[in-house]
Amino acid sequence: MNTKAANSGSQKTQSGRPARLSLADWMPKIVMAPTVVVTLVCIYGYMIWTAVLSFTNSRMLPSYKFVGVDQYERLFNNDRWIVALTNLGIFGGLFILICLFLGVVLAIFLDQKIRAEGAIRTIYLYPMAISFIVTGTAWKWLLNPTNGFEKLMVDLGFENFKFDWLINPDMVVYCLVIAAVWQASGFVMALFLAGLRGVDGDLIKAAHLDGASTFTTYRRIILPSLKPVFFSAMVILSHIAIKSFDLVAALTNGGPGYSSDLPANFMYAHTFTRSQIGLGSASAMVMLGCVLAILIPYLYSELRGERHE
Amino acid sequence: MSKASIGRQTTWVEKALRVALYTVLLIMAAVYLMPFLVMLLTSLKDVEEIRTGTLLSLPSTLDLSAWSKAWGEACTGNNCGGISPYFLNSFQIVIPAVLISTLLGAINGYVISLWKFRGSDLFFAALLVGCFIPFQVILLPMARTLGWLGIANTTTGLVFVHVVYGVAFTTLFFRNFYQAIPGELVKAARLDGAGFFTIFYRIILPLSTPIIVVTVIWQFTQIWNDFLFGVAFSGFDTQPVTVALNNLVNTSFGGKEYNVDMAAAIIAALPTLAVYVLAGKYFVRGLTAGAVKG
Repeated sequence: MNTKAANSGSQKTQSGRPARLSLADWMPKIVMAPTVVVTLVCIYGYMIWTAVLSFTNSRMLPSYKFVGVDQYERLFNNDRWIVALTNLGIFGGLFILICLFLGVVLAIFLDQKIRAEGAIRTIYLYPMAISFIVTGTAWKWLLNPTNGFEKLMVDLGFENFKFDWLINPDMVVYCLVIAAVWQASGFVMALFLAGLRGVDGDLIKAAHLDGASTFTTYRRIILPSLKPVFFSAMVILSHIAIKSFDLVAALTNGGPGYSSDLPANFMYAHTFTRSQIGLGSASAMVMLGCVLAILIPYLYSELRGERHE
Repeated sequence: MSKASIGRQTTWVEKALRVALYTVLLIMAAVYLMPFLVMLLTSLKDVEEIRTGTLLSLPSTLDLSAWSKAWGEACTGNNCGGISPYFLNSFQIVIPAVLISTLLGAINGYVISLWKFRGSDLFFAALLVGCFIPFQVILLPMARTLGWLGIANTTTGLVFVHVVYGVAFTTLFFRNFYQAIPGELVKAARLDGAGFFTIFYRIILPLSTPIIVVTVIWQFTQIWNDFLFGVAFSGFDTQPVTVALNNLVNTSFGGKEYNVDMAAAIIAALPTLAVYVLAGKYFVRGLTAGAVKG
């Protein structure tokens, strides 16, 4: 018993504190205070406020007449909301899958001692520096059926080439996918490339000595060790997808009709232009739920991982 | 398996694979570059050329009139002064917001990693959530608050909002960076009688240049590219350039002038693109730091 206590020997609890509390002891707290207050009010306070509003019948102005879960019932009976949620499923799913696929493939390709790697990497990643509004504006022009991509193909000799997704309510959501993939896939590539550079070189050499082909080495050794990168990339991409608002605003403005709305656009329209604050708040809470459903398992596993180290 | 071993022996297969690899990489590079190239080409054509030509057809003359129109005359909503005033608005919002949020982040990170007090770790965890909430849940309460504070629809209001929701990220950056500084450094300085700010100013800040660069670039890009806060909280005269661009593109008085739209879009993208080209290394570092460590 005694030896055990002696061995654990942490002395920090014993270390002498200054007898008098000086200003320096208060300084850290004073300095942090503004951020603490602002965070508690503007993140947590507002979150609760929106939650409260989602249980009221607020329309143009916030009111505090509680109506239970009426707004949520209205929300899920609202065709426009269902369209927005379905779109989020299609958009988010495809966006994440294609970005991951492109990101991994391009990162592996770039990792083969490529000449001018830096220049190519810069080109792949530059869309990430641009606003989604600019991306949307550019792709709106590229995808427009009269003068855009369709005309280019027709002029190249494909007389019957048709590309009218941007004005086709069934296909317009895929236009969002194309533009968003263009913007974010280079970023996923950068994440994976950083991961690849971190893989233990000796492990790869050993595999080669054992006669494993490059393909097998990637499949059996390198890619499995990049699991954490996959995981974080997925979290970041789903986060981008759920928050997507500006891309829709610039590329389709939700149209044709409301066929390309995403939840963020639904929320904005109902809260700020259609005077349906209660309904808008309910939709914001559902979005928060979606983010938390992804984030909590992620943070949990991250923290657990740190503790294991 | 067998295919791979043959590949190792016959060098021409390897060569062919190499060629294929470069081809794929270059085609992809062309795909990523194409939209920007098309924007640039379109901005240099006149309306007639746009109508008759295709996306990739070259302009017959170097016509910069779309650029000057986008900058000084184009109509955004009901205002026809081009996007230049909004471009300047963006700078007026971005510069103070970046400076304040970076400074706060540095001090917060300094406290959280080197002056821990009871609850500081818990607070850090709480702050992290702030990086991830969908801003839709704070939009309406914030709009009401800005109204009460009398800074609704003002540049000050937008600076305030960007600082409030940027501090989570800047704190995260600095905290992760300062985590690597040994606590003994601070302890020794304290024994020598140095105070909280002296240590920060004399010891910590000189070590911080790389993380300051990363944070400033990250914040600059984020705030410049913001649209949600801009559209929700700005007035007619205080719109940032992203909002003005969107209005310009979606304004449909008369014929659609794609050349002007594209010139305006490039102008709006130029500052962040310039930062990316000049300091790409730090930009990527911010992206991955914000991502992996979040």
